[in-house]
Parts: sequence; structure tokens; C-alpha cells
Amino acid sequence: MLISTGAWTRRNLPVILSTLSLLLGWEIVCRAFGIRPFLLPTPSAIWTAVVPVWPNIAMHTAVTLRTVMLGLLASIVVSLPLAMLIASSRTVSAAIYPMLVLTQSVPKVALAPILLVALGANEFSRVIITFLVAFFPLVVSSVAGLLATPPELVELGRTCRATRVQELLRIRLPYALPFVFGGLRVAAALCVVGAVVAEFVGADSGLGYLIQTSMAFFRTPVAFGAVVILAIMGIALFQLVEITERLIVPWSSNLDNNFNEEK
Amino acid sequence: MISLARVGKTFKTRRGGHVQALDDVTISVGADEFVAIVGASGCGKSTLLRMVAGLVQPDIGHLTLDGKVVTQATEGTAMVFQAPTLLPWMNVERNVTFPLSLSGRDVPEARERGRALLRAAGLAGFEQRMPRELSGGMQQRVAICRGLVQKPRILLMDEPFGALDALTREEMSLALLELWQANPMAVIFVTHSISEAVLLADRVIVMSPRPGRVAEIVEVDLPRPRSFDQEASAEFHRCSKLIRDRIYGGGSRAH
Ligand SMILES: Nc1ncnc2c1ncn2[C@@H]1O[C@H](COP(=O)(O)OP(=O)(O)O)[C@@H](O)[C@H]1O
Ligand SMILES: [Mg+2]
Repeated sequence: MLISTGAWTRRNLPVILSTLSLLLGWEIVCRAFGIRPFLLPTPSAIWTAVVPVWPNIAMHTAVTLRTVMLGLLASIVVSLPLAMLIASSRTVSAAIYPMLVLTQSVPKVALAPILLVALGANEFSRVIITFLVAFFPLVVSSVAGLLATPPELVELGRTCRATRVQELLRIRLPYALPFVFGGLRVAAALCVVGAVVAEFVGADSGLGYLIQTSMAFFRTPVAFGAVVILAIMGIALFQLVEITERLIVPWSSNLDNNFNEEK
Repeated sequence: MISLARVGKTFKTRRGGHVQALDDVTISVGADEFVAIVGASGCGKSTLLRMVAGLVQPDIGHLTLDGKVVTQATEGTAMVFQAPTLLPWMNVERNVTFPLSLSGRDVPEARERGRALLRAAGLAGFEQRMPRELSGGMQQRVAICRGLVQKPRILLMDEPFGALDALTREEMSLALLELWQANPMAVIFVTHSISEAVLLADRVIVMSPRPGRVAEIVEVDLPRPRSFDQEASAEFHRCSKLIRDRIYGGGSRAH
């Protein structure tokens, strides 16, 4: 998996350039129009505000990352068995799916303060909120994958006298893995949203908490710094999912990035 | 041992119509017999095999294996499908032993048997490849190995050589015959090729379409072991002509 620096640069050059021009444009617009820093700080102002307090910010980042990861873990642990249950029987599916959709039509952001009162303003309830925001797309895409298994493969299992459990675990689940990872990408992004929402409502640390307290004191550059870190966290999680997928689902077509392979 | 008595099957189509895939089919296949089925597309050959495999149930009539009514896949029955249907996440070797792994029978000895079959199928050196790295014909040969590794008493093959080129096809036919002679089993072999059917089988069942019926049963009286030299024999021509006449001539069964 060693990629030469030349190849790495060539592949990542577009995104590096677009990021740099975004930052540069931002800086120029802010200065040219004299936008006041507490409304929209320049990237350089964000940098100078964040660097002196970085241990504090690192602590908040660690807290949020922990909630995000626990929420993602909870999503996986709940969604996969749930998806298998839904995919294994029409009756179960008919009973559970409408309820799932119902939970999705309730805005979780509105649910967050209620849950925090009910469960207490602690890590546990923040993880629950993160989970609630993130798990649904994972269930939906996993069910889709389990049901998309080609009937020929299922028939192969039948002729080999596979039990229902074997059919699910040995044929349908491996086939569904690329779909599961598709859902996981969305879930990972949503976990960051969920954790921040939970921290807005009830927390004494974390990047969501930092944004709120900073804005209360008009320390906009620090708040923006936290937002940028959240964005980076989302991107990193997305990459983590992709790397994991490469490792355990090397046959996935999600990964066929044929653009990169041109000559 | 395999016995179909007046078996019929009608499918509902999506648009609410009906397709009679099989009608009044009566066939019996002995324990060590090699039976070929030929017929035009859509005359119910696959349906018949899938029925013996326990994947579809007859609407009317009886299907029994050793006197027992078939309601699901029976132990000792292996099926080679028209398409390779390999599991894309397993390498060639693990695909071959997959059926055994489901019942905890993928012991080292069975794995060695799998490798030997792969070698016999000309796939030595490809054991660790993934299916998508193989050509269609190679994939189909893996699927055949997967059927054989189970040491079945009944082997069902649905146009197994359809995806192979003519040369590999002849090679594989002879390899299959050799294997069958070393390990006697009941084989039902569906093919489009009349000469392949005559070369391989003890009996050739000719089917006619819409509804799928048995049009003729041709006994092939050629000595074994068979070889391509026999294609020049009078008996080979007699059987081929009979089959061809039945397929293209249509009409009812001669008495
Ligand atoms: N599951 C099914 N549902 C509906 N129609 C089917 C089904 N399986 C087979 N048929 C129909 O039954 C007929 C026989 O099909 P098949 O057994 O596949 O024929 P063959 O293998 O000889 O080409 C065809 O007309 C086909 O469309
Ligand atoms: Mg067919």
C-alpha cells in the first residue's frame, strides 16, 4: 500500500488547491469588505485565536470525538442485527419498519432537550442522541443490501442445505457489506451532527459546548476554529470508513475509483 | 432412485398470466445413470432440475428420491447452475469448499480433494485468485468443482459447459466422464448440444416446449469408456438423428 509521494501529490493536488483557494478567497473577501471579526473572522484570525488555547481545544475535541465514536459504535451494534431481523422476515419487517420511519419523522434536534432531561445531562444521553441521529441510514442501506443479494446466490445456499441463519450470515451479510459501508459513511457524518446537537443542549465540555460558550462572549474566531475542527473530524471519519472498507471488503464496487487509475 | 411421476408445474407471470413450464413429465433415473436432457429454450429443463434440487415444488404429480418425497434440498444432491454463481468475497479455493464449510465438512482432506479437482479442471495456480479475476469459462469450471467436491450421489448440471469455448468443452466432457466412471453417481445433465448429450449419456431425454413435455427418450447404446472416435459410429448417428428429428420435427411421441 506504499504510494510514492509523487503519486500522492498528483492525486491530492486538486483538493489541496481548492482548499487553499477557498481559504485565500475567504481572507481576501473579509479584508476587502472590512467584515468585522465577531461576524466573520478571517482564517488568519481564527488561527491566531486558536493556537494559544490549543490544549483546551484538544480536550474539547477529544470529548466530542469520544461521543461521536461511541455513537457510531452504538449505531453499528444496533443497526446490523436490526437490519438482519427486518430482512429475514416479512412479518417482522412489516412490524418494525413503520416504527423506524416514525422515529425518523420526529426531529431529533427537538427530542434532544427532552431526552437530556429524562436521562440526565451525561455522556450516556449524549451518545443516545448521537445514535438516534445517525443509525437510520445505516439500517436502511443494510436492509437494502441484505435484500439485494442475487437470488442465484440464495439458491446456491438452499441447494447446499444452508440453514436460515447460515443464509443470513454466510451469504446475505457478506454480500450486503458494501451497502453497509455506504450507510456507514452517512452515519459517520451524522454522528458528528448528533454529538454537537447533544452538546449544545447539555454538556460542560466538547466542541459543541465550546462553540456556544465562545459565542456567548463574542469570541467568534474560537467558535469558528471549533467548526473547522468538526469539519476535519467529519472528513477523517469518512476516510476511516473508507480505509476500513478497503481492508475488509476489497471486492466492493464502492471503491472502484477508476478516475485515479488513468495512466 | 430419482423418480418423477406425471409431474406438472405452472408459474404465474408478473402480468397475471400463467406459464406451464412442465406438463405430465414422467422420468426415472437410476443410481449410477447418466441422463442428458436436450430441448429448446423455455421447455422447462431448468425447472425440472430445480425441482429435483428441491428449489421448486411440483404443482401436481410426485417427485421422489429413494422413495421419499422431495420438499427441500436433499443431502447428497449437488447442483451446478447455468451461471457460475461464485461468492465474490471468497477466493477460488474457498468457493469450491463453500458447500462443505456450511456443514462443517471442510476438513483438510476435503480441501485437498478440492485442490485436486481444480488441478483436473486446469485451474492449478488459480486457487488464491478472486472470482472476478477469472474469465467466465474459468469461473464456470470452479463452479463445477464446487459441485463435485461434495461427492454427491446426485449431480444436477444445468448447461454447465455453455460458457466454455468448444475445445475446453470437449476436454471438460471427457474429464467429467472419467470422474463419473471413478465415482458412480446419478447425473442429470442439461445441454443444448446434441452431440454432447449423445457422447455423455446413457439416455437422452428430449423435451418439447410450451408446455414442457417429454417428447422422446433415446437410449444411447455406445460402449464405455466413451471417446470422440465414437462420433463416427452408426449408433452415434442414429441417436443424433432421432434427437434432431424430435426437436425440429415436433409432433407426438412415436410408438
Ligand atoms: N420462477 C419463475 N417464474 C415465472 N416463470 C418461470 C419461472 N421459472 C421458469 N419460468 C418459465 O417457465 C418456462 C420454462 O423455463 P425454464 O425451466 O427456465 O426453461 P429452460 O431451462 O428449458 O430454458 C419459461 O417459459 C420460463 O419463463
Ligand atoms: Mg435453462
